[in-house]
Amino acid sequence: MSESIATKIDTSLLKTEAAVNESEICLEVKNLNLFYGESQALKNISFKMKKNKVTAFIGPSGCGKSTLLRCFNRLNDLVDSVRVEGEIILDNKNIYAPNVDVTSLRQRVGMVFQKPNPFPMSIFENVAYGLRLQGIKKRRVLEEKVEWALKGAALWEEVKDRLDESALGMSGGQQQRLVIARAIAIEPEIILLDEPASALDPISTLKIEELIYELKSKYTILIVTHNMQQAARVSDETAFMYMGEMIEFGNTNTIFTNPEKKQTEDYITGRYG
Amino acid sequence: MDNNNSSQHISHKFDQEMESLRNKVLKMGGLVEQQIGGAVEALQSANAIGAEEIILRDHKVNSLEVLIDESCTQILARRQPAASDLRMVVAVIKTITDLERIGDEAEKIAKMALSLAEDDAGFNSRYAGIRHLGDHVKKMVHDVLDAYARQDVDAALQVVKDDDLADEEYHNLTRLLITFMMEDPRKISEVLDVLWAARALERIGDHAKNIGEYVIYLVKGKDIRHLDLDEVEKDMFS
Repeated sequence: MSESIATKIDTSLLKTEAAVNESEICLEVKNLNLFYGESQALKNISFKMKKNKVTAFIGPSGCGKSTLLRCFNRLNDLVDSVRVEGEIILDNKNIYAPNVDVTSLRQRVGMVFQKPNPFPMSIFENVAYGLRLQGIKKRRVLEEKVEWALKGAALWEEVKDRLDESALGMSGGQQQRLVIARAIAIEPEIILLDEPASALDPISTLKIEELIYELKSKYTILIVTHNMQQAARVSDETAFMYMGEMIEFGNTNTIFTNPEKKQTEDYITGRYG
Repeated sequence: MDNNNSSQHISHKFDQEMESLRNKVLKMGGLVEQQIGGAVEALQSANAIGAEEIILRDHKVNSLEVLIDESCTQILARRQPAASDLRMVVAVIKTITDLERIGDEAEKIAKMALSLAEDDAGFNSRYAGIRHLGDHVKKMVHDVLDAYARQDVDAALQVVKDDDLADEEYHNLTRLLITFMMEDPRKISEVLDVLWAARALERIGDHAKNIGEYVIYLVKGKDIRHLDLDEVEKDMFS
């Protein structure tokens, strides 16, 4: 055959990935180092996160992924002995700059933890809590926002007739979605999820994952997970961390089909010792 | 849990991905069907331009194979499909390999058409048997794609059986073509072109049969390759 290989394939059908556009960047981490006293938990981490995408952080226990997640809303500030170096840029501002108001930062960066932590109050009051802190007092506004948030968290249909009941009577999966509703009620820009489904059964897990997929049209989502398959299912970008370093950061399709680094390959294929 | 691929997953995105995969396979199948029809047509009319078009269009079939393979890899890596979803992805990976080969066979037929046209020999009406074979295998491909789309086990099994007729027609045609070669050795090269085209059609029948077997695997979860068909039928419909 005289034809070259190139002519045997119609390349127009195969899409190539577009380069990262600067305007799509939501968060940028620059040379981030974090120390717990003498020991260094994060080592010189730099990467950029895209707007309206889900970024997953995977890695073995103690690799620093939760610590990194907590840097984005400065939750590590609450731990004594923690020292942070480097910058995290959100809207052209370093969130570790001295004049940053941490409370307003945490309004912009919501967080959901591994174990659902509803407050011991009614379903309605749980979601309204953050709104009341913002100074919203009108019942009608509160009702509208609570309904909107519960719908956003795919919980409204299940609880609309029992909003006054205690949140503690809900199932684990429902509680976790309630906590997500509480987080989105104050309309943050970024949502941090720390193992949001690890205490849930498979079906509740899939519901949370579907919710994450729906939420990303409005928010930028960062998720820490021990479950690699979950990272593969929900995320657009994946970061693999090991011993406080970011080994590889890239498109989830690439990471799970053909990672660049041997360490990443070993971890996701279950060869890591 | 037969024919359950249309029911919904909790993840809508997964549903969309599976639906899009299915549609891409049908699109590739439609294209391949056109290629067979066009190639046989070009052969019969010794139409050089028509044959060239078929040859040039083969790259579209090839790129669809690459594209669908990529989608399957991503679904396997990201969704960890199970049961009917897993069988669907495995069946698609195998189906598109056969579809791509059918495309290659159509290209071969088009090349024979080109060769006949260039020799100015034209297409002699005594080769008409190839049209029967062509129609038959084209129908097999059409039916098997239809069976795939509707997840119809009976239709798929019928295609598997239809391959016997394709083989028989091919053997009859071979005998006939050998007699032509013996009668007039000056025509050997021309008759060989027709014989190669007939061989390509017979192979297309084999590929359609393979796809029929994948459809049965997809729906019933049973691998019927290399088994006795009567036994299979008894087993499956008893």
